[in-house]
Amino acid sequence: MDFTTTFLGLNLKNPLIASASPLTSSVESIRRLEDNGIAAVIMHSLFEEEINHEIHQIDHFLHINSDSNAEGTSYLPSEVDFENLQADNYLEEIRRIKASVSLPLIASLNGISAGGWISYAKRLQEAGADALELNITYIPTSMEMEGYRVEQMYIDTVAQVAERIDIPLNVKMNAYFSNPANMAKRFVEAGAKGLTLFDNPTRVEVDLDLLSPLQRANITTSYNLSETLRWCAILYGRLSCSLCANTGIHSGEDVLKAIMSGADTTALASVLLTKGEGEIKQILSDMEEWMEKHEYESISQMKGSISLAHTDNPSVYERNSYMYALQHYRR
Amino acid sequence: MSQSDTITVDGNEAVALVAHKINEVIAIYPITPSSPMGEFSDLYSSKGQKNIFGSVPEVFELQSEGGASGTVHGALQAGSLTTTFTASQGLLLMIPNMYKIAGELSATVFHVAARSLAAQGLSIFGDHQDVMGVRQTGFALLASNSVQEAHDFALISQAATLRSRIPFLHFFDGFRTSHEVSRIEKLSDDVLKKMIDTGLVAAHRRRGLSPDHPVLRGTAQNPDVYFQGRESVNRYYQALPEILQGEMDRFSTLTGRSYHLFDYVGAADAERVIVLMGSGAEAVEESVNYLIERGESVGLIKVRLALPFDSEAFIAALPASVQAIGVLDRTKEPGSVGEPLYHDVVSVLFERGESLPFKMPRIVGGRYGLSSKEFTPTMIFAIYEELSKTSPKNHFTIGIDDDVTFTSLEYDHDLILENKDQFQAIFYGLGSDGTVGANKNTIKIIGTETDHYAQGYFVYDSKKSGSMTTSHLRFGTKPIRSSYLIQKADFVAVHQSVFLEKLDLLEIAKEGGIFLLNTPYPKEEVWRRLPRVTQERIIEKKLKFYAIDAYKVAHASNMGRRINTVMQTCFFAISGILSKEEAMAKIKGSIQKTYGSKGDVIVQMNYAAVDATLENLYEIDVPASADSLFELQATLKGDMSEFTREVIGKITAFKGDTLRVSQIPDDGTWPTGTTQYEKRNIAQEVPVWDADTCIQCNKCVSACPHSVIRSSVFDISFLKNAPAGFSAKGAKGKNFGENEVFNISVAIEDCTGCALCVEVCPAKNKSQTNLKAINMVPQMALREAGIAQWDFFLSLPKMDRGSLDPSNLKESQFLEPLFEFSGACPGCGETPYVKLASQLFGDRMVIANATGCSSIYGGNLPTTPWKKNDEGRGPAWSNSLFEDNAEFGLGFRLSIDAQNDRARGVLETLKPHLDGALVEEILSADQHEESQINAQRDRVEKLKYSLKTLDKEDAKTLLELADYLVKKSVWIMGGDGWAYDIGYGGLDHVLASGKNVNILVLDTQVYSNTGGQQSKATMTGAVAKFAAGGKVGVPKDLAAMAIAYENVYVAKVAMGANDTATIKAFVEAERYEGPSIIIAYSHCVAHGYDLKYGFDQQRRAVDSGLWPIFRFNPDKIKEGENPMTLDYKGPKIDVKDFMYRETRFKMVEKMNALSAGTFLQTAAHTAESLYARYQNLHAYYEPSSKEA
Repeated sequence: MDFTTTFLGLNLKNPLIASASPLTSSVESIRRLEDNGIAAVIMHSLFEEEINHEIHQIDHFLHINSDSNAEGTSYLPSEVDFENLQADNYLEEIRRIKASVSLPLIASLNGISAGGWISYAKRLQEAGADALELNITYIPTSMEMEGYRVEQMYIDTVAQVAERIDIPLNVKMNAYFSNPANMAKRFVEAGAKGLTLFDNPTRVEVDLDLLSPLQRANITTSYNLSETLRWCAILYGRLSCSLCANTGIHSGEDVLKAIMSGADTTALASVLLTKGEGEIKQILSDMEEWMEKHEYESISQMKGSISLAHTDNPSVYERNSYMYALQHYRR
Repeated sequence: MSQSDTITVDGNEAVALVAHKINEVIAIYPITPSSPMGEFSDLYSSKGQKNIFGSVPEVFELQSEGGASGTVHGALQAGSLTTTFTASQGLLLMIPNMYKIAGELSATVFHVAARSLAAQGLSIFGDHQDVMGVRQTGFALLASNSVQEAHDFALISQAATLRSRIPFLHFFDGFRTSHEVSRIEKLSDDVLKKMIDTGLVAAHRRRGLSPDHPVLRGTAQNPDVYFQGRESVNRYYQALPEILQGEMDRFSTLTGRSYHLFDYVGAADAERVIVLMGSGAEAVEESVNYLIERGESVGLIKVRLALPFDSEAFIAALPASVQAIGVLDRTKEPGSVGEPLYHDVVSVLFERGESLPFKMPRIVGGRYGLSSKEFTPTMIFAIYEELSKTSPKNHFTIGIDDDVTFTSLEYDHDLILENKDQFQAIFYGLGSDGTVGANKNTIKIIGTETDHYAQGYFVYDSKKSGSMTTSHLRFGTKPIRSSYLIQKADFVAVHQSVFLEKLDLLEIAKEGGIFLLNTPYPKEEVWRRLPRVTQERIIEKKLKFYAIDAYKVAHASNMGRRINTVMQTCFFAISGILSKEEAMAKIKGSIQKTYGSKGDVIVQMNYAAVDATLENLYEIDVPASADSLFELQATLKGDMSEFTREVIGKITAFKGDTLRVSQIPDDGTWPTGTTQYEKRNIAQEVPVWDADTCIQCNKCVSACPHSVIRSSVFDISFLKNAPAGFSAKGAKGKNFGENEVFNISVAIEDCTGCALCVEVCPAKNKSQTNLKAINMVPQMALREAGIAQWDFFLSLPKMDRGSLDPSNLKESQFLEPLFEFSGACPGCGETPYVKLASQLFGDRMVIANATGCSSIYGGNLPTTPWKKNDEGRGPAWSNSLFEDNAEFGLGFRLSIDAQNDRARGVLETLKPHLDGALVEEILSADQHEESQINAQRDRVEKLKYSLKTLDKEDAKTLLELADYLVKKSVWIMGGDGWAYDIGYGGLDHVLASGKNVNILVLDTQVYSNTGGQQSKATMTGAVAKFAAGGKVGVPKDLAAMAIAYENVYVAKVAMGANDTATIKAFVEAERYEGPSIIIAYSHCVAHGYDLKYGFDQQRRAVDSGLWPIFRFNPDKIKEGENPMTLDYKGPKIDVKDFMYRETRFKMVEKMNALSAGTFLQTAAHTAESLYARYQNLHAYYEPSSKEA
């Protein structure tokens, strides 16, 4: 069975990519993914905000109580050498991973400032990443911040990074733009060579004992695949970029659905976290079984086959046929 | 001096730079002011920096200075070049080994930042008492007078010790030299290599013990040979002066800097000569030059080699014209005819007698500068003036007013030596605002990047929270010898406008000088916000006045409350030291140098602050006359004793130097309860209680490190006199009646603003969950009403102690704390425990306090937080030393028991003459519960009443002793440095004694007071001084060791994790009639996070399993119960969730991710094994399993 596909210009042996998660944080775990048949890996994200926060924090606490008392003129040794202050270890990890696995390695950057994006993006490229994924998540709380300004901020960031790196750039989009299709187009115009649909934001919960909101990782199920399928279908064939389906890929069937909707690849995280790396083999074998049963020969054969452009029922994607869907469910 | 080979460093760094390069083993132990030498050495080695022999010196921290000197001795005996750094009591602890080292002719140099000794009080400051206390050991004593000399002599002494085989004690003045930042010429490795003779190093090594050429040392000798052996070394001492001079001469050839055993400075025909050593010699040289310019024939001998004292060289150094010699000792030997240097000079001259090359001069001795007391030109002028008299005063003191034994010389307090070559700047800052750091940077910029000489010296007040720092900076084109504080400043910067409310800080400004103020007020308001005296000074001195809102600029630049870069930029912008452009370029260069390694974001943040500063700095137009309505406020407020007002008040107003000898307690006894008068108003924000949200749990009261939050329940009728804003709510709890109300009040003038109370408050506002039952609000607007509310609270009747259950958290917190408003850091993790003990047992406590943070916030002058209750009873407190605290406290116990025994004996004797039933009750009274103790107190009062009317000698005796019939609670307190390390031998012995003492270990897991050096309590993976790469080993389990005795009450507690168990531990420990030890987790500034989360971190420490909490109560064994109560349920969270919230752990990940991973694994393993250990103990002591 021919599972091969391309993503960001990279040739992949199958459409399964391990999405950024703790499973993609070390050589050992990435090697396990590779052994189980994953085609590419997106490394766990480098959080620019977190790095900057930590730098500020260390600087602050190394100095804040210094020189205020004759006996203790400082409380921690501040002149020590820092080797890993600016994610140096992450970069080193990329080098080590590149040296020990053969699959394509996509670095992932989660940040907020244009300056930070650029400097880290360049360093990730230098460290040997085959491609770079940007995860831009800005949650505006100001009522004065107009939507177009938020959108422009995203576009500017992508453009600035794309201009300064040579490796292909993938943008992990969120689904909450007024017009995701327009944003997808503008991302590509700004230099993105691939789009991941969509980012899976963290979950907000409330702890009634503490009377506090909590942030939790959002473990998905196949149920969460809906919007991804819709927008893969809508965008397929209309942009000169790769599409990666994300959020809710849990089975071989999910992969096939995403590919048929228009995705070039699919990204897996929740399924691997809950079921382990061994599930990759299961997904691949389920895919093979289905394809054999239905006499498909390759992935490329089915790509976009039920997209907006190629489906016999485009209204599913275009209209909010809620009443129909609900009735259908009741039946 | 060319810029390329100059460095700007302090004395400690200057010495460490050399010592680390020319030694192979460095054994250390922290003690102020020498600790940084060890810290620098540890840092150099942790970075892999090599010595001139190509190896990285082994730097090893010991458990005490005694241990360090033992290790030095051993390392020397095994042939390595070895050194140590110490001061004060630390040096005294080395004496036994110093005899051995000298007796065995072992080449070594001890570098000592000379410091006062603890006598009537401890002092961390500089004089020569410690050095003079080891004269008898056989070490040569070599004095450096400046930072440059300390750097140079560190090398010269090493060269000389190798050649002479006499060990050297190289010393320089603590703080004045050890902490003075100065521009010096750096010794190159080439010079170091040329000075250290490898042949002598090899000879030193060959003398080391080795099984390949075995010998025996350390024999026990008998009357037949010991004496001869002692005399056998004379020739080495005789040869030493010439050897040292030879090394000085070689050094001179290599560097151009020339030194002699005695250096004479002054007129060739000087008639009056001062002899002294140490930094004071610099001030004398400056004064001599000044006097010579004015035609006076004066001179100075700087003593370099104080011991062995070379008579010939000394006499040769004196000018033949000498008629009077004043020998100044920076030490005190009570009862002695004179101090050591005076003795030596007198002996030398009189021994030579007739054969002197000049007529026998008049010789007088004097004392100066004890505990870094200022030693200024006007004092020096007075000494020269005295020497011109036919009968000058002998054994004088200078710098104080001795109105008791009249030793002091008068001097002109107004005379100030004008030094036109220098630009002098003084800066008043707050401890945490970065002022000192900024000034150190300024000194480095000017000292390293211009042709100016530069000097910086920093003075700190004695508080750990809201302390004022004063930076003294001098710049000039000529070498700076002013080894004293600035007396007239060209530039005065006040970095906190609040200081002006109480202090006249512009008195020091020169006419026409510059005044820079950081003020929160807009330009047009700045002038009218100044106190009258400040306005008058500005006008009368014609000061140029600049202002900036530095906090606004810092905040906008993301720098939080650190205004260092902002104020430094202001200084350069308006001082005129450098052109503005050059200055800004150099500041930015320095920012890159300082913060480059901390990441570009930090560099950019500081750059932004520099640019924003220039836009926000403005000159204030000075009106022709003062119009302010504000007068300076007194530094103490309230109804106080005359002593407090006159003596303590002067110290708090920074006028302590003017106090006369007669005003100072002669035996070191000071009154308690004096912090209450300070009203420091240091908190920007203070907590305000919300009665409606409050659930009346009293957790905020228990957590408050400064005892500023108090609660009470009282009859509602009292409210009718309450001031505006004083609220109360119906008291919750079955013990309280319908008419009783609950209130929480805050001493907002005493609060440090740590916000720990807000974080521990469990009650959230039901409509707005970001508010709690106690919330921080700006203090200024509240001040007037807050003071009235606090005063009203204090006027309320105290709750009846007998009706409260002390083992219940809520009820215990109604008890009056007899420890309040200490100078501890904001958010301190130790003081909540100390306060709790004072609440529970304060009226019967005697406290032995080990040296450390708790002795500083508990007993550093001017004020003390320990106080009395309304009956006049309260904790009696004393600090002996660092190492002996357990034994010191045991002494209290033995003494109290002896007095109690005596009282009981006399009482028995007098029984027939007294109410027999009363006597019997007294003798058989059970005093475990507070109510029982109170009953006993009542009985004793009755007894005393009867005794007064009994005409018998024994009755008088018993009257004196009767109070000992009431239980006294002996508490032994200190930190982990004391309990785990230096004091462990004594602590262990006291635990084994079976005596009824209570030991409280305030465990911060580092030597907090001296700046965070690792102790054996330091957790794995924590970065600390002397563990710069993170602590590798596992912390010692002191509790398990104590449990092993089986008859010791042992508790390990963390108030933030389990306050109920903590209180039970205190109550049980005190009730236990034997030794008790409570090991209390104390969060600390040295852990590197915002301490308002201190209690949350305590909970995490326990939940991670790294701080197991439990109580082991031997009383329960007798009752057939399990003595072991585990107060936690084993590791519940990942150790990382505790550790990585603190910089001390987190920074390892940024330094060495591999080590960080290993540390996490070790910590997780430790957490599991500790739980297993204590579960096993619990299982072992389970009564059923024991029976089985």
